[in-house]
Amino acid sequence: MTQYIIRRLWQSVIVVFGVVTVVFFVLQLTGDPVRIMMGENSSEEDIQNVKRQLGLDRPIHEQYVSFLVKAVQGNFGDSIRQRGQPAMGIVLSRYPATLQLAFLALALSVILATIFGVVSAVKRYSVLDNVVMFLALIGQSVPNFWLGIMLILFFAVQFGVLPSQGSGDGSIRYLILPMLTLAAPGLARLTRLVRSGMLEIMNQDYIRTARAKGLQDGRVIFGHALKNAAIPLVTVIGLDMGALLGGAVVTEQIFAWPGVGLEVIMAINGRDFPVVQAAVFVIAVSFVLINLIVDLAYTWLDPRVRLT
Amino acid sequence: MAERGATALLEREQLEEARRPAARGVRSDLWRTLRRARLGLVGVVILAMIAIAAIAAPVIAPHDPYQGSLAVSRQCPAFTTCPNLGGSFARTGASEGTLEYPLGTDPNGRDVFSRIIYAARISLIVGVTAVVIGGTVGVVAGLASGYYGGWLDSVIMRIADIQLAFPFILLAIAIVAVLGGGLVNVIIVLGIGSWVPYARIVRGQVLSAKSQEYVLAARTIGAQDAAILFRHVLPNVITPAIIIATFGVAAAIIGEATLSFLGVGIQPPTPTWGNMLADGRAYVASAWWLATFPGLAIMLTVLSINVIGDWLRDYLDPRLRNVD
Repeated sequence: MTQYIIRRLWQSVIVVFGVVTVVFFVLQLTGDPVRIMMGENSSEEDIQNVKRQLGLDRPIHEQYVSFLVKAVQGNFGDSIRQRGQPAMGIVLSRYPATLQLAFLALALSVILATIFGVVSAVKRYSVLDNVVMFLALIGQSVPNFWLGIMLILFFAVQFGVLPSQGSGDGSIRYLILPMLTLAAPGLARLTRLVRSGMLEIMNQDYIRTARAKGLQDGRVIFGHALKNAAIPLVTVIGLDMGALLGGAVVTEQIFAWPGVGLEVIMAINGRDFPVVQAAVFVIAVSFVLINLIVDLAYTWLDPRVRLT
Repeated sequence: MAERGATALLEREQLEEARRPAARGVRSDLWRTLRRARLGLVGVVILAMIAIAAIAAPVIAPHDPYQGSLAVSRQCPAFTTCPNLGGSFARTGASEGTLEYPLGTDPNGRDVFSRIIYAARISLIVGVTAVVIGGTVGVVAGLASGYYGGWLDSVIMRIADIQLAFPFILLAIAIVAVLGGGLVNVIIVLGIGSWVPYARIVRGQVLSAKSQEYVLAARTIGAQDAAILFRHVLPNVITPAIIIATFGVAAAIIGEATLSFLGVGIQPPTPTWGNMLADGRAYVASAWWLATFPGLAIMLTVLSINVIGDWLRDYLDPRLRNVD
């Protein structure tokens, strides 16, 4: 077990190292950051001076090493748009809003998917099952930015019952539409997975045993079947966090939700690459951490994994 | 009885199954494949119609997708009444939609229907070419990774892990923002971004295929690695990759729409469903049709590809059939 955890931690470190490397080389592609930072009116001499100050005149491998050293410390330099503000600080100040949105959307999709999936599996081929499966199919096919706009069109424009922009006074009303938008694709996919997982499990011998010993339906379904159907779901949820964090970028854009996603799009439009790098780094590290936790939870849920 | 009704059906099915497994299996299989096949067929028909519309866009589109007339700015779709919001939004033109512009017009007076048809070209081109790129890279990487193993395998799989550690859309945004939008860059980014699932599944398949006797036989008669891999192993491991590719087309179409929606993808005036949606978003209160119809087009296309994918998976991979 300890060995597994150590191996898994080591893999995560390598992945984060790879992420930082990619971030560095994407920066190299952007051309000369100093020229972008200084504007077009600065003289060649000024540009060279600033380059020397920042160490950008050194060979690329030296720059790479010093970038690595700084990145490990969470230092991606100062924002170009907001002078003097560290890029990492800007990203971290937006981070809680994104986490809040992502985790609420995840919770919503897991809870609803479990309910819909179990009902659908238990009542296989019923009208209800068909309706749920059809909606899940639609849900998987709808781009979530369009869903967001349609929700705004109905709930904010047409009926005026919910706010559509920003986080306002922090009341839950501002969260509802972004949360629904972000949760929808995962909800659709998870529902189908819960259903097929349950159908598979319900045919297993131990379910028959549970029934044979006279357990009630409810306990068979929730105590035995769902618990085992949940195992593969845990992995999917971990991978879904990637889609969720990525989807948050788009969702935040639509609802002007003040998270990392909104910041990163503004930073891209403003050519503020330190902020873009810091944001990519923070999101990638979150994703790696979440998957690490998921994998460890997985070994706890399914002891067979530890052996492999 | 009511609370027992919840699983009564399942129980009965299981009893039946226990008694006559073969009989029930066949009947249920037939019913299920029929349901899937019917849905799949609907998908094929819809997708074919979209593809034909895209190919024959200049013939089918009633108006020029680039040229509009301000005299018909923001005209609403046929059979609807245009909202008149007063102020600077006051409407001077027609107050009812006409069949001349079946899905209405945008602020520049361009026909939304014609633009959607032309945009289908972009979506389908991006969807198919991105999958060809990603699929080729992924399948080759998976073949090499599974067949040679060792350090090559480790390197390829770690790169795959690293790529999966990025929320893909963020990486795509960063790269396209740096390299610039445009059709080719979007295709490359979406293509390269999608190789991992192919590589993983092909690798797994190769691992189990390479110890099979036909591979040993090929090696014994002195066949080269490339010949063994592409002529003998590939045909035996390609099926799951084909299924992934089908869903991959849908994912690439949504990916392009997302990038264009965020303004880092294909740039106006070239109409794409994504940038039409982005433009329409500003008018969501005064001209609902601008954001609604391009989204419906995306949904219809992606939906039809997804049902075809489900069907194909059922058909090509019988092991997955019982999972429904």
